[in-house]
Amino acid sequence: METVELVGRKLELDADGHLKNLNDWDKEVAKEFARLEGVQELTSRHWIVIDYMRNVYKEKGDAPSIRKLTKESGVDTKELYALFPKGPAKKAAKIAGLPKPKGCI
Amino acid sequence: MSQPIEKVSIVVSRGSLEGVYPGLIMANGARMEGIEATLFFTFFGLDAIINDRMDNLSVATVGNSAMRMPGGLKMPTVLGAIPGMSRFATAMMKKEMEKIDIPPVREFIELIHDSGGELYACKATVDMFHLTKKDFCPQVSEIISVGEFYEKSAGAQIIFT
Repeated sequence: METVELVGRKLELDADGHLKNLNDWDKEVAKEFARLEGVQELTSRHWIVIDYMRNVYKEKGDAPSIRKLTKESGVDTKELYALFPKGPAKKAAKIAGLPKPKGCI
Repeated sequence: MSQPIEKVSIVVSRGSLEGVYPGLIMANGARMEGIEATLFFTFFGLDAIINDRMDNLSVATVGNSAMRMPGGLKMPTVLGAIPGMSRFATAMMKKEMEKIDIPPVREFIELIHDSGGELYACKATVDMFHLTKKDFCPQVSEIISVGEFYEKSAGAQIIFT
């Protein structure tokens, strides 16, 4: 199992490089993951998506699909791809401290 | 060392519901992985981007030997020709797709377009069917020849569906 040192703590990662333990996550960890993913600054728009994803995950046990994100997060498809370039669902899940979404859509 | 895929060019050539969806799912899936995606609609695949038809695609029940009835029993192919069978199979499939969050065709096309995927119609078939740009949904950027399709596919993996 891979571990990384972020924000002065040792964090365990899963096989996809996502955070292994949901409880290791906090806003500082999110900022570090964002930087690693090429998102230099997390704006209030980013946080809408991140918070939405965490809420869905807590409720359903899986991160939401891009369709759900587009319809329900309050951020549309174009902006999602602008905020999280090269794959919003996967990238936002990583920053939100969640496993990679399982769905195809 | 295998190279990661950076670009896909997907040809959609069939107009049934089950003929159109694989291409759309692959295009959207590519964008979600940060892969560039181009969709090229040709022959009956054009129905997926024709404004008046895209909401009414249906499952082809005739000649489909893999067809199953609800419950999983194999359906004799001759039953596929019974009036209403295609409508029934289409309704069933749409219901099941909605459950796993697969959007209807129009919404899916919008999603792929807004995520940066490009959509084109095939000039040869557009001419053959006497269609014009006006017949297509606004997400279609151009009607292009097969030559232009290859130009736009430079560096891409081409997938025919």
